[in-house]
Amino acid sequence: MALKVGDTHEAVVIENVNRTHVVKYAGASGDFNPLHHDDTVATGNAGYPSVFAHGMFSMGLTARMLTDWLGAASLKKYGVRFTRQVWPGDTLTSKAEVVSIADGLATIRVWTENQKGETVVEGEAVAPAS
Amino acid sequence: MADEGFEFPIDRTQVMLFARSLLDIRPEFSEPGDPATKALGGIVIPPTFVQCSAHWDPDYFLDLTRPRKGTAPRHRGDGPEGGGGGVARGLHAEQHYEYHHPVHVGDTLTVTSRPGERWEKQGRRGGKLLFSESITEYRNQDGVLCVTARSIGVQTERAVDQ
Repeated sequence: MALKVGDTHEAVVIENVNRTHVVKYAGASGDFNPLHHDDTVATGNAGYPSVFAHGMFSMGLTARMLTDWLGAASLKKYGVRFTRQVWPGDTLTSKAEVVSIADGLATIRVWTENQKGETVVEGEAVAPAS
Repeated sequence: MADEGFEFPIDRTQVMLFARSLLDIRPEFSEPGDPATKALGGIVIPPTFVQCSAHWDPDYFLDLTRPRKGTAPRHRGDGPEGGGGGVARGLHAEQHYEYHHPVHVGDTLTVTSRPGERWEKQGRRGGKLLFSESITEYRNQDGVLCVTARSIGVQTERAVDQ
């Protein structure tokens, strides 16, 4: 597909995050930080209201929006900042907008919002423009 | 200082499990016979798959129940969870990847990491914030650099309230 500056894309990447989603990501990725699966740890000294999803879970779901849009092996660069935690019950929508094209490569602003419209990750991806 | 690295075999089942955990059923991540997969020269990996190298990292410390010979590893002081504040205070602030060369199932990557910059910032809600960066390179069996990952972690003085 040929990308143009201003092109946009979005997709609901997960509805109603639950602990099973998070545990599956922990098992697959190998990140067994108990803050993500053990409510006793998360709500104890750590002081969180409950477990929350790995930042990399949100980044991976956001990447799925990009690869579904642009192709499985399309990305040259991809980076995000984690701006807000994702909690059980959240529904995430990932969004993208082509902001510039140079030397055949599109720079794409990428972000993911929860059901309240709050940004949970934001960053940039680079992919071939055509 | 860069470590000597460890091997990370790219296994079909692991790629399928990882893709599935991200609710991703694209054939390029699981079905070798699919025309889309064949067009890419075989099963490829999702953009954030290299995180699974944690399973092969002998020093990975966020897997406290992993059976080990000898003593469990301690924080290296770099990377997302490093910096000395303990697991409960370490948060992942940023993650960046550059993709230089395709990775396919059957490849064996060698993973090397080195600490990057460290800096401090005053947080609005979490008190003092200590950021630290870790750079990880993934090279294939031919020595070709496939992926560079830059991870930024932050240690907070108290739980982030958001």
